[in-house]
Amino acid sequence: MLDQTVYESLLNPRTKVVAFNHISNALGTINPVKEMAAKAHAVGAAVVVDGAQALPHAVVDVQDLDVDFYSGSAHKMYGPTGIGLLYGKTEWLEKLPPYQGGGEMIQEVDVTSSTYAGLPHKFEAGTPNIEAVIAWGAALTWMQQVGVANIQAHEEELLAYGTALLEAIPGVKIYGTAPQKAAVLSFNVAGLHPYDVGTLLDQMGIAVRTGQHCTQPIMDGFGVPGTIRASLAAYTTKEDLDQLARALERAIAVLA
Amino acid sequence: MESIAAREADIIEEFSFLEDWMEKYEHIIALGKELAPMSESNKVDDNKIKGCQSQVWVHARETEEGIHFEADSDAIITRGMVALLLRVVQGQSPKDIAQYDFGFLDQIGLTAHLSPSRANGLLSMVKQIRLYGVAFQAKRG
Repeated sequence: MLDQTVYESLLNPRTKVVAFNHISNALGTINPVKEMAAKAHAVGAAVVVDGAQALPHAVVDVQDLDVDFYSGSAHKMYGPTGIGLLYGKTEWLEKLPPYQGGGEMIQEVDVTSSTYAGLPHKFEAGTPNIEAVIAWGAALTWMQQVGVANIQAHEEELLAYGTALLEAIPGVKIYGTAPQKAAVLSFNVAGLHPYDVGTLLDQMGIAVRTGQHCTQPIMDGFGVPGTIRASLAAYTTKEDLDQLARALERAIAVLA
Repeated sequence: MESIAAREADIIEEFSFLEDWMEKYEHIIALGKELAPMSESNKVDDNKIKGCQSQVWVHARETEEGIHFEADSDAIITRGMVALLLRVVQGQSPKDIAQYDFGFLDQIGLTAHLSPSRANGLLSMVKQIRLYGVAFQAKRG
């Protein structure tokens, strides 16, 4: 997780905003959001949390976490692309000015002044992405029917299974081994470039992401050009992980 | 020296014996292993090609025989891809390289790997090689 000693050293009464992610997209590490938020609030800072990786994988209660802002992305939650969410505490949303003008966000228009609509319309200028909202609603209903806690338990089981499978393959190193970790397997094979391994896995029908995952500082910290990342979800099965392990062994044989 | 067309024909024939994509990749990997080493002094940012997940460098200099290319990559498949491209253009004239469309890539089924969204940077490598042709052609006047 994020180094708490360093984190505390960065906080002081001049700190206005603290922003961090709930779960690392590159490593799966789960950060102690509630504790970190409390520490930030103690110095009077607002807390903004990127929950894009947490909302699909974990039960999230923004009130319990006591964060000021929390964001998420529909396409990470079995939903459509191009739509996301920002949760904000009412007191903050009332304090903040509109960031964009347009229809629906205005209340009264006068020659010399305007007043704005109430929440949430103040921040939703123009015609919304109606179709995506409906589609996301359906995806969220499905998630609730399955149960996020059930998805989380399923993924935890898969993570343990997949970790053991990959660790049994000689040369494989897993990045991100925090005890509190979400369902992502970020790894490399000794002596092989992640792009090469990913290309061959792709040829064998295994969908993984390779590269730096937009987290160059983490990759530099580990001293690697990138990693191969298998993301697990509600629809992933143990058989999928068996296939990944077999394909990985074949890719290693071809590249060695 | 063999013409571009003759070298393309060789590669197309070579690939025609390869049954599936894994075999093609195995061949590309073998080509990558055979690529002549690039001098470390040319592995600089100016010679680095953008748009690749792996690092890839291409450098060219003009010789009496034509343009001499050097290339390398830290990923073996990328190294094999650039080795394949260089096999055709190595030692050719600036004019021929500047006009060359790398048509053989289509015939060996590599065109799908040319789309800009592919992370292998093949398209960027092709553009860079042609750019060297254009630049040396302009220099000759």
